[in-house]
Amino acid sequence: MILTLTEAERQIALGISVAVALGGLVLAAAGTQDTMEVHGWLILVFGAICAIVVIRDLWGPEPPRSRLESYYDEPIKAGIIASMAWAVVAMFVGVWVAALLAFPDLTFDGAWASFGRLRPVHTSGVIFGFGGNALIATSLHVVQRTSRARLPDQLSPWFVLVGYNLFCILAASGYLLGVTQSKEYAEAEWYADIWLVIVWVTYFVLYIRTLARRKEPHIYVANWYFMAFILVVAILHIINNLAVPVSLGHAKSYTIWSGVQDAMVQWWYGHNAVAFFLTAGFLGMLYYYLPIRAQRPIFSYRLSILSFWGITFFYMWAGSHHLHYTALPHWVQTLGMTFSVMLLVPSWASAGNALLTLNGAWHRVRDDATLRFMMVAAVFYGISTFEGSFLAIRPVNSLSHYTDWTVGHVHAGALGWVALITFGSFYTLVPSLWKRDTMYSPALVEWHFWLSLAGTLIYIFAMWNSGIIQGLMWRTYTEEGTLAYSFIDSLRAMYPYYIARTLGGLFFLIGAVIGAYNMWRTIRSAPSSAPVEGDVPLSAATAVARG
Amino acid sequence: MAELFHRKLERSAIGFVLAIVAAASVGGLVEIAPLFTIDETVEKAPDMRLYTPLELAGRNIYVREGCYACHSQMIRTLQDEVERYGPYSLAVESKYDHPMLWGSKRTGPDLARIGGKYSDFWHVAHLTNPRDVVPDSNMPAYSWLARTALRVDDLPLHLKALRAAGVPYTDAMIENASVDAYDQATPDSSTSSGVADRYGKETQVRVFDDVATEVTEMDALVAYLQVLGRLTDAPYKNTAAPQKPPEPVK
Repeated sequence: MILTLTEAERQIALGISVAVALGGLVLAAAGTQDTMEVHGWLILVFGAICAIVVIRDLWGPEPPRSRLESYYDEPIKAGIIASMAWAVVAMFVGVWVAALLAFPDLTFDGAWASFGRLRPVHTSGVIFGFGGNALIATSLHVVQRTSRARLPDQLSPWFVLVGYNLFCILAASGYLLGVTQSKEYAEAEWYADIWLVIVWVTYFVLYIRTLARRKEPHIYVANWYFMAFILVVAILHIINNLAVPVSLGHAKSYTIWSGVQDAMVQWWYGHNAVAFFLTAGFLGMLYYYLPIRAQRPIFSYRLSILSFWGITFFYMWAGSHHLHYTALPHWVQTLGMTFSVMLLVPSWASAGNALLTLNGAWHRVRDDATLRFMMVAAVFYGISTFEGSFLAIRPVNSLSHYTDWTVGHVHAGALGWVALITFGSFYTLVPSLWKRDTMYSPALVEWHFWLSLAGTLIYIFAMWNSGIIQGLMWRTYTEEGTLAYSFIDSLRAMYPYYIARTLGGLFFLIGAVIGAYNMWRTIRSAPSSAPVEGDVPLSAATAVARG
Repeated sequence: MAELFHRKLERSAIGFVLAIVAAASVGGLVEIAPLFTIDETVEKAPDMRLYTPLELAGRNIYVREGCYACHSQMIRTLQDEVERYGPYSLAVESKYDHPMLWGSKRTGPDLARIGGKYSDFWHVAHLTNPRDVVPDSNMPAYSWLARTALRVDDLPLHLKALRAAGVPYTDAMIENASVDAYDQATPDSSTSSGVADRYGKETQVRVFDDVATEVTEMDALVAYLQVLGRLTDAPYKNTAAPQKPPEPVK
């Protein structure tokens, strides 16, 4: 992997690794009485490992010039592996926290194992670890193919990928240590947040530089989504995480936002993390891998334009629907509700566009579990965006808010849409990147598909039931006009559903483990002898054609 | 025509980037910026108190343990919520909260007005093992809090950071933060009147965890829980459904 870098790049990589290690040392020294010390050492070790990896091949041979005639796929492969590793870990933690709700003593009297600390490990692990690595990997794959251009250099994609995973490790380990801002989906503390900004800016520059090298006049629709994902996540992340650290030696910081303004900024961030991390980026995947796998062009160019700009514009208004009936001014709630309902139009335009693309390829959906992953993902995208608009309506929200219904809704999107489109894309990508004819076992892909689907359905049905029961019990009155149920009555009614959701999650986890195993065996198998036609940058392709 | 325009836009990466930023900025600008300028957004409450250093330390434990994942601190303007939890929450009540802890899920009940509802003894027993007092509870046990000494030496830095973020802590508050934290949980100490002088006579000064010899994380967390909903009387007065404010805790 280091040998694919030029010698100059290796030297810079070494410099960066050493700088990261020294930065860790400074934090460790400054934070000797704080959890910061642990993170300082962790950063130091991380930087040192990177430095050692670079040094081992520092004086190796320069990569051949012929590398420029092919796409640069090494970091993409690493991203897929990292993504699947995070998937298995984070989904395991997910099953664990689900079990904690039914069996609260599974904490082993350890502070790190309580629900409040493990839950962000699960959420950040799946969203940022699994989802983020998948987005980085696929976006770098898609931008090269649709631009018919190789990435501009070898170092920056590695910096983005490795640096991003350092962020994920800092975030997840921090939660276990009690380092958190308690801002949902933005729990990581200030130093990790600053590091992510550096990584993210590099990612954006890398993406734009690749687009600038494109041999196609038009930027393909998948890239619109990836660009929106990179840009808007940067804006959201920076604004939501503005904070005053207690000191350089303290992991703890205080956000500059307070009270009602903080609530609005937080949910403007939170809902658009869903929109631009969990929707836009994965729509980028959908717009490339689904037509490739179905061997059909996208149904409608116009629908693509409509849904892209609709999503980019409308979503940013919708965050306040998380704050219905709260101390947030009524007019902001009303705006949030209105735009959330309008959002259904571009959302269904996307889902419809994807499903109509499959016209003429339904026999492939029947026979090919990989394509079926993507088809079902599009269906769940349609279902969960409908549900989202529905739950954003104020009176509906009065019942659903604070209940498990919201959790079920999130998982309809996260499991049914995000995870399934990712698995479908990976099953398309892995054989092609590693130059294999097929996956190691198509039967295991089928197993993965059915386990995922069953797990998702069990999970969301359990949460629909528990959420609606909870919401109704809280607002039920007796004939005498007093509240009919105490809070603990409503909790008691939840236990069967909490066990059911744990089982649903377990099914999904087993599916992911099977998927990871199948990918691993595919990577370990013998490469196919036949080279893939035309999978090279345009300049190289023409050079080859000219002979 | 529109399609032709878009075909042009697709040819320019920078143009596309600018268009995305423009389209994505409008919603936030319209919904967030006015919250800082429109006066009615946060009500006036002259009697609003600040968190004492001990309560702040307790709040930081609440933040650290991620309690907000299961407990909201936001009573909505719905009849059943007002009857179950008390007057609906006002914006002013969290105006010094960095971050706010309104939450979005109630696996456990809302805590916006939990202060004074149960005794300190109940809270300590409940946090040590929730199932000792609520047999069907699924809350984790936080027994180690009572075994962990509270770090108070860096509290001045915490208050200073909060002042930078806009909370009106005075120089005297910052200077005495560590002593005040200790004193609030140690009423017999010679300096303990200072806390009430600086933070108001309503400040609850007592041994929260039943052990007077040491200030633990349990002291801090219970002190925080007992002040929730009691920093101002505004929600009991200036609302659609005025109620009698709760009695001070003895």
